[in-house]
Amino acid sequence: MTGNTSKKALSLVLLGVGIISLVVSLVIDFMGLGFDFRGYLLIIGILGTLGGLFTLPTEKYHRNIVNFVFLFPLLFTFGVTVIIPLVLGIGYSFTDWDGVMVGRFVGLDNYIQAFHQTTFLYSVLLTALFVVINMILVNLVAFLLALLCSSKIKGVGFFRATYFLPNLIGGIVLGYIWQFAFSKALIGITSKIFGMEYSILSETNLAFWCIIIVYIWQYAGYIMLIYITGLNTVPREVLEASAIDGANAWSTLFQIKIPMIASTITICTFLTLTNAFKMFDVNLSLTGGNGSVENFLGGSLTNGTEMLALNIYTTAINKNNYALGQAKAVLFFIILTVVSIVQVRISNKKEVEM
Amino acid sequence: MNREERKCFKVIKFIIGLLIAIYVLLPFYLLVVNACKAPLAITKSPVSVEGASFGQLIQNLKDVINNVHFEFWYAFGSSVIITVVSLVLLALFGSMAAWVICRNKTKWSTAIYYVFIASMIIPFQAVMLALISTFRDAGNFIGIPMLRSIPGTIFAYCGFGGAMTVFILTGFIKGIPYELEEAASIDGCSPEAVFFRIIFPLLKPVIVTVTILNGMWIWNDYLLPSLLLGSSSSVKTLPVAIQSFVGSFVVQWNLILAAALLTITPMIIIFLLAQKQIIAGMVDGAIK
Repeated sequence: MTGNTSKKALSLVLLGVGIISLVVSLVIDFMGLGFDFRGYLLIIGILGTLGGLFTLPTEKYHRNIVNFVFLFPLLFTFGVTVIIPLVLGIGYSFTDWDGVMVGRFVGLDNYIQAFHQTTFLYSVLLTALFVVINMILVNLVAFLLALLCSSKIKGVGFFRATYFLPNLIGGIVLGYIWQFAFSKALIGITSKIFGMEYSILSETNLAFWCIIIVYIWQYAGYIMLIYITGLNTVPREVLEASAIDGANAWSTLFQIKIPMIASTITICTFLTLTNAFKMFDVNLSLTGGNGSVENFLGGSLTNGTEMLALNIYTTAINKNNYALGQAKAVLFFIILTVVSIVQVRISNKKEVEM
Repeated sequence: MNREERKCFKVIKFIIGLLIAIYVLLPFYLLVVNACKAPLAITKSPVSVEGASFGQLIQNLKDVINNVHFEFWYAFGSSVIITVVSLVLLALFGSMAAWVICRNKTKWSTAIYYVFIASMIIPFQAVMLALISTFRDAGNFIGIPMLRSIPGTIFAYCGFGGAMTVFILTGFIKGIPYELEEAASIDGCSPEAVFFRIIFPLLKPVIVTVTILNGMWIWNDYLLPSLLLGSSSSVKTLPVAIQSFVGSFVVQWNLILAAALLTITPMIIIFLLAQKQIIAGMVDGAIK
């Protein structure tokens, strides 16, 4: 039984070292002594304790210990990066938080202030408009591309890969490439169409459509791939049977293919909806949210192309108003949750009917 | 429809497909062509290949790489380290957690699973501001800086990527027959050995999927690193570096486009090498 004894000894040593260094480092932390090694001591403590538990020679609890040790890393990082900031953030939105300190509780003041801000209301409306247009257009374009790419023509593999290609590139880089295209390369064409000498990105309404064009360009290829997978699940026998019954291409499409991929349509609308809501990178790099609006609720605005996500960012980071930004972020979270739940409900009902 | 018509129809479809492909590739063409030009040539004719030369491309790339504000190699290195380490940790911790959640039918594991799923709807904006202060306080508390540091950013990615990773992995583990594990433990295999010797090797295809999804997100992500690292900080990822490079200058398109070219090239190369896996991975991730 030497194996077992040495394992026990190892376990006890690890546990001892772990718990001692954990306690010592926490004591240093709480007493505010500025030793630089305290963080590493804490890490050694955590690893030692976990290792000690893991090697503890117990039959009865071993399975539970393994479960705990296996879950710990992910739950710990998840708790620190998602749960704690979410709870704190919701709390901060009711205070005069400045990013570092909380002064006092202000109740709903931040929320009231947000609703009185015309720039914020404008961003909410603009985002809603963007999300709706985007959801329809991306799905339409992606579905048509999927029909094209699931038919038997030459070069289908190449087309698929090409249409998907823009999705590989991050929004920041992509926004700059398109900014160049709109403001430099295409200016010869746009000046003829719209009769302007300057970039169409400086015209608020056109810039909004530019964002949509870029977003479709980036996203349609990805949604297309999901539609192709959906279309491939339609059984060939069904299509053959309908062809024998004399169905033409249109009725096959509308009466067989589309009803049979209802669940794919649900997935794709959900993806486009939530992603359009959260769109940030392209907005920042393509227009920076700039654009003049002459008259909105009786005042002029300079954030003509600023979506909600960017508005939250500028409020908190650029204008240094953390509490207000956090209140807007909570509203953003609520809107997104409600919209997603409603969308899933509606789609589920439709799927059942079909 | 007779044969002639059908053939004609196919040709029309092919031409439409080709035209769309040209449209999709147009920005890439503009990017490459103008990254090969001197500033004057861009002003003169931004669309044509006139004035583009390979020598000028090398010159532009050199200018970007040696630019003191861009610090290309530093940003590239940080991006690679953050992405690779986060992916490895997410794959390992994610599959460990997913296995425990899947094989324990207790209230706790079910609750954890639902918390993970519910958290996927939380937009980053809702947590980002408090995340900065949490990381700042945690860093001050334990004495290891969490902000402006690569380990801190990796930590954050493990937290934010965890939910989706666990979600996809549990879906896969559910499909692995439990008898496999029972047989092994009857033969005297400890639980951790069951996981590392039997389950983990079986997870290979789904880990590829998860890694592709997380990899594309982490490599291209701007908001999280820009907040945690700070735009003026010495530690930065490629998207953050590009953003601060563009912001700090009078617009020099030849350099911006050269920098953009440098940033997207690794992604494009990986895509060309592993096209099938990436496309399959993206679709799997969305459907599950």
